[in-house]
Amino acid sequence: MAKKNTDIKKSKGLFAEAMVRLRRNKGAMIGLGIFLVIVLIALLSPVFFDYETDVIKQDYSQVKLAPCSDHVFGTDEFGRDILARVCWGSRASLAIAAIVTVIALTIGAVLGSLAGYYGGKVDMVIMRIMDIFMAIPGMLLAICIVAALGPGTEKLCIALTISSIPSFSRIVRGAVLTVRNSEYVRAATAIGSKDMHIIFSHVLPNGLAPIIVQTTLRFATIILSIAGLSFIGLGIQAPQPEWGSMLANARSFIRDYSYMCAFPGLAIMITILSLNLLGDGLRDALDPRLK
Amino acid sequence: MIKFIIKRLLALIPVIIGVTFMVYFIMSLAPGDPALLLLGDDATPEQIAALREEMGLDQPFIIQYGRYMVNLFKGDLGTSYKTKNAVSAEVFSRFPNTLILAGFSTLISIILALPLGVFAAVKQNSLFDTISMVIALLGVSIPIFWFGLLLILLFALKLGWFPVSGFNDGIKSLLLPGLALAFQHMAAIARTTRSSMLETIRQDYIRTVRAKGLPENKVITRHALKNALIPTITVIGLQIGGMMGGSVLTESVFAWPGIGRLMINSIQGRDTPMVLGCILMFSITFSIINLIVDIVYGFVDPRIKAQYK
Amino acid sequence: MSEKNLKVDIKDLSVEFRTDYGIVKALNDMDVELEEGETLGLVGETGAGKTTTALSMLRLIPNPPGVITGGSVTINGKDILTLPEKDMLDIRGNVVALIFQDPMTSLDPVITVEEQIAEVVELHEEGGHQHARDRAREMLELVGIPCERGKEYPHQFSGGMKQRVVIAIALACTPEILIADEPTTALDVTIQAQVLEMMRDLRNKYNTSMLMITHDLGIVAEICDKVSVVYAGHVIEHGTLEDVFDHTRHPYTEGLFNSLPNLENRSEKLKPIKGLMPDPSNLPPGCAFCPRCNYALPICETEKPPRYYRNDEHYVECHLYNEQNVKEGKVIERADYNE
Repeated sequence: MAKKNTDIKKSKGLFAEAMVRLRRNKGAMIGLGIFLVIVLIALLSPVFFDYETDVIKQDYSQVKLAPCSDHVFGTDEFGRDILARVCWGSRASLAIAAIVTVIALTIGAVLGSLAGYYGGKVDMVIMRIMDIFMAIPGMLLAICIVAALGPGTEKLCIALTISSIPSFSRIVRGAVLTVRNSEYVRAATAIGSKDMHIIFSHVLPNGLAPIIVQTTLRFATIILSIAGLSFIGLGIQAPQPEWGSMLANARSFIRDYSYMCAFPGLAIMITILSLNLLGDGLRDALDPRLK
Repeated sequence: MIKFIIKRLLALIPVIIGVTFMVYFIMSLAPGDPALLLLGDDATPEQIAALREEMGLDQPFIIQYGRYMVNLFKGDLGTSYKTKNAVSAEVFSRFPNTLILAGFSTLISIILALPLGVFAAVKQNSLFDTISMVIALLGVSIPIFWFGLLLILLFALKLGWFPVSGFNDGIKSLLLPGLALAFQHMAAIARTTRSSMLETIRQDYIRTVRAKGLPENKVITRHALKNALIPTITVIGLQIGGMMGGSVLTESVFAWPGIGRLMINSIQGRDTPMVLGCILMFSITFSIINLIVDIVYGFVDPRIKAQYK
Repeated sequence: MSEKNLKVDIKDLSVEFRTDYGIVKALNDMDVELEEGETLGLVGETGAGKTTTALSMLRLIPNPPGVITGGSVTINGKDILTLPEKDMLDIRGNVVALIFQDPMTSLDPVITVEEQIAEVVELHEEGGHQHARDRAREMLELVGIPCERGKEYPHQFSGGMKQRVVIAIALACTPEILIADEPTTALDVTIQAQVLEMMRDLRNKYNTSMLMITHDLGIVAEICDKVSVVYAGHVIEHGTLEDVFDHTRHPYTEGLFNSLPNLENRSEKLKPIKGLMPDPSNLPPGCAFCPRCNYALPICETEKPPRYYRNDEHYVECHLYNEQNVKEGKVIERADYNE
């Protein structure tokens, strides 16, 4: 019992130290701040903008208005307020990305830990299948799945989840392998700890650092993919607001109404930027070797 | 080395079979009767039934797949529902354009990113380092299609220096889409080069080289760069997949006549054989490029080359 | 003292590493004197500042975070801290060569061994690439590696062979001053003896002045003429081998000897020095060794001890002594003490 306590204390100490480093990292803190603001916007946008009346209702008296005091970001070709749509757009991107990340990470973690911890045939079978998935570039795999299933939010989720599982399981497997081959896990095996105990109290906490970093960056990739797929018409369908599909519409008017292209693109970029800043900071904080 | 290449080429075969199986399986989930789609709405039920039999659509899935594979090895990718032409002919006629775009982008991104990353690392924390890393951070964060639109807006519409879309104007047409596609990868490669360079110049062997009295610029070019290149090549390899996804988006933005755009149009037109052909083409190219990356590794790192026996 | 022919003269050298976690004072008024043809042992625990001293002689302390805050480093009468970088390049590898601690990481993994030796020759000697390669092969044979293996890469070599290659690189231009930074620590004992033997032979052959950095008193006894004992970046006792080994004055030096197992009386218990090196970012104001010292006096906590000379060469910095008793000793006890 006493031994267990010191174990916990130690891993906490390591983590606390990483948090101190993270807090000192200006970029990471800015990234985290921006990201939290975006999450807040996503959560609060229904308070400020009503979906029926502000976001999807077409108003032909207010078509293609340049940014003004009534419509800070202007209006689109159907007279919808771009600010309201950009804010609502964050809900779709963040929600889908979160769902996809959680599901893909869970499945990937299970497959990756099994492959990494048990090795041998289990590893071979799982990883060969993953290799085949990896042989198709992620975005194309997603396109392929959406093409077969047809467009739509749920189908987009399925496509992105499937195309994210291989890279998550690779990351987890890599982390598990590194830790499994470490001296302290050998030591734990030598004193007769059970597999499950080793996995939960040694392998996962110690392998967590790269997984956290990669998950953050992967989250960004998924948001980009949502926007990309919607941009080419394979993602979220009109009239639901989404940054990529807003850009796809706006591009027809780019010559004369370029502001319509500006805001959805900026929204994507700022979101990805904040996640990249956070991911970089996490990597530096969790991997002091690279300081 | 040659043995290794042959071995890897042979290992490609099961991967390609696996990939075709998966893609074929996924695409077979697409709704709609291929025979109906091929003949059009005014076909009689008899005609449809005859064609279904001819195409083997009444056979179990695995037989259909087997047929597709046999035809694939003959270079036959089926018939487009839309144009009624051979898929292989259309895919092959468009493929060089995609290759030109992706190749050009890869080339300029590597050529610009390597010196940028090295220089930023050598002058760590300098103004140059800060500025180029901020740009690189923006580069990895900016969506390709939006960046492409911005380029069109500025250089094609406002300044009129380059055509808005298409591939009718040689290198002039290539520049904007090439840059749009390259920017993100350039940023990613520059970031990796910088960080691996920073790690390398702290290694003991670099200290050894400095202790020999080698001037710092040669320490960098002769020793640090070659070592720092190893993780950079990994990232370039990983980027290739993203590059292909990116080329689909870029082709869409710039109306580039490559297989990416062909694929998108075919998806919208429910032209399954064409989609299948395009995705296969991408995947096979991807596998071959990965193989090339592995071979390049061997040339840079003797430790890896030793495993290539 | 003025007639000494000093190849290396480091005086009051202070080096700090300014990190995110505070200022680490690696060297605090460090002194090193190395005469021509002589071998000086620099003895101390890990983290005492030995490697920093070695790097300072080549002006290779990584900056940032390392900053030289005071003192001088004179090599062959030239103050190298003010030398232009171009002249410094001529000194590195040519006048002063360094054998690094860890052979496993000291060689460039992507370049053949032969090229790595030839590189230093080509830098400092006339004759072009062909001459440099011939010389590289010669050096390989000299350190006991068949010259055909020069075409191989470091990963194909064992640790002992890599260290031989590192030594070959260091000696390829027959430097006047050779710094060996724990050259045998990473090696097996049997290989250690071979490598030491080889270094001694080469030193004698070329009359090289040598600075042997080690924590192993056995190696010091084997190969050194003089010894400087370093603690927290400062020399606390210095003298000839005989002075320091047979007339030990400083409690720390004594502690080092007591930490060695006595092979003649194996039932005797080891007497390790208690505690750890002080945190170099938070050194005590007085004697740095004070917290670990069995003889510590109240004054030790607050004041730095002055230097007392036992003879022209042998000095100690410790409050236990004064001008008289430093000559007599008998202040501290030692198991095999026979003054």
